[in-house]
Amino acid sequence: MSQTLVKPAALPKTRPTADLTAPGRGPSRYAVWIALLIVAIAFLLPFVWLIVASIQPGAALSAHIAWKFSARNFADVLNVDTIFRPMLNSFVISAGTALLTVAAAVPAAYPLSRYRTRFGRILLYTILFSTGLPITAVMVPVYTMYSQFGLTDSVPALILFMAASSLPFAIWMMKNFMDGVPVSLEEAAWTDGAGWLQSLRHIILPLMVPGLTVVFVFTFVLQWGNFFVPFILLQDPASQPASVTIYTFFSTYGQVAYGQLAAFAILYTAPVVLLYSALSRVFGGAFGLTGAVKG
Amino acid sequence: MSIATAPRAARIGAFVPALLLLGVFFAGPLIWSVYSAFTDVALTGSATVDFVGFDNFTTLWHDAQFWNSLWLTLIFVVGSAVIGQNTLGLLIALLMRGRAKLTRAVVSGLVIAAWTVPETVAGFCWYSYLHRDGTLNGILGWFGLSQNWLYTTPMLAVILANVWRGTAFSMLVYQAALNDVPPELHEAAAVDGASAWQRLRGVTLPLIRRSIVTNLMLITLQTLAAFGLIYVMTKGGPGNKSSTTPIYMYQESFQFYKLGYGTAMALVLLLIGAIFSLIYVRLIKVDDL
Repeated sequence: MSQTLVKPAALPKTRPTADLTAPGRGPSRYAVWIALLIVAIAFLLPFVWLIVASIQPGAALSAHIAWKFSARNFADVLNVDTIFRPMLNSFVISAGTALLTVAAAVPAAYPLSRYRTRFGRILLYTILFSTGLPITAVMVPVYTMYSQFGLTDSVPALILFMAASSLPFAIWMMKNFMDGVPVSLEEAAWTDGAGWLQSLRHIILPLMVPGLTVVFVFTFVLQWGNFFVPFILLQDPASQPASVTIYTFFSTYGQVAYGQLAAFAILYTAPVVLLYSALSRVFGGAFGLTGAVKG
Repeated sequence: MSIATAPRAARIGAFVPALLLLGVFFAGPLIWSVYSAFTDVALTGSATVDFVGFDNFTTLWHDAQFWNSLWLTLIFVVGSAVIGQNTLGLLIALLMRGRAKLTRAVVSGLVIAAWTVPETVAGFCWYSYLHRDGTLNGILGWFGLSQNWLYTTPMLAVILANVWRGTAFSMLVYQAALNDVPPELHEAAAVDGASAWQRLRGVTLPLIRRSIVTNLMLITLQTLAAFGLIYVMTKGGPGNKSSTTPIYMYQESFQFYKLGYGTAMALVLLLIGAIFSLIYVRLIKVDDL
């Protein structure tokens, strides 16, 4: 999933659409059906061999179906070195990054959402601008800097960089969620003499649990799949996340043991797919993320 | 009671954690990169780093491989994002309007599934799909069209894979945009006897124009620095036939240990990204912030 700039607060409006693009009669109706069928098949096909190979013992890259199925491949990769440690590393890195990102984004989003100042506006533009910068390109200088200070192969240092690179988009999302909490709710608290920190903690945050969840899960999912950053910054296999070890596995055994690679890939993908579908069920399609791409 | 109750110091204090992280780990490397692009810093561990002025950029200018990589990046961005994802996403969104719920769920479920898998896994899927004895050749073999796609047409291979992986985003953007097009306008045009194509060109497309431009900017920015997918599928090969600028930058920096040279390349890539990003920021209305 890519990092994208969308306004999360607004859910896509569903309107009962009269079918107008394609008249619901005659041959064009079938044409649409056939086109959609082709799309569905085209998107399904690349998955097929990965899924089939995972349950075929001894499957290689060649797509030859032997009508023999077993969970052998899964059993073969379910051990500490192949799956459990890398997945645990992935979890620590992704969850750590997501936590840190949310923790830093909340206080930064608050003034941006509540006060209209020149400084805030400039900051918002800068944040928006930085979400567009290609992280891949930053990695060479980041590596130079990290090796200069002896920070390569350090998981906390990796998390700090990942959190920093997720922050612009997280602040942007968080601000949009915060905009959805009416100021009037806070005013009562202010009259009672509460400071902004108190009203943030006791009034806004409880109302923003869905927003916090979305930002957390979004960051988590993005970092779970992040390959390039840990690939560059972590050399020690013992601390590498699954996104990197699965690549090592692929380049070492991919040709001969594609079935095992497929099983590994499915186990590695499952958590993000589950998280994604759980969240989109609660918040609407695509987390309700694409509700309003501003423009 | 006015909104501005918090003292100025507290307001600025709220930014401290974020600014600290961004300053040290984001802006820091950027500034560092400007410096090291002018040095001969290398991975070989030589203790002295010399200031070499514009040497890296002069080399870059005369490096045919670099220009080749920029050209391939352009092909990749235009082919997979601007043409592929954008058109296909719009097409799917248009075709799905008014379809039965089940149809929509199945089609968009599959398209989104391709989007949610991590990029390495997407790479494995396409590697085996396009492999000499892979699924695609198995099907095309019936028509006598099978070939080793990753070898004969590496750019087409990575472009198709990226279209597959990224279309969901454009589709979701256009689904949302199309939902905001009032059906009355279509009805009026239909009553006036406009064909489906005329309604699309005359009514729908002008109304979602801003979404199209925004979408194009966003997917360009996402595609510009794509690394994992291409690296898993072809490693830039065969030869340098699919070595886009991020791949070439990686190879020069980490396989040939020329970090200073790689950083110069990174700066060029950042500059291109910055230009698109600026255009994107300009597109967003100030009032919306």
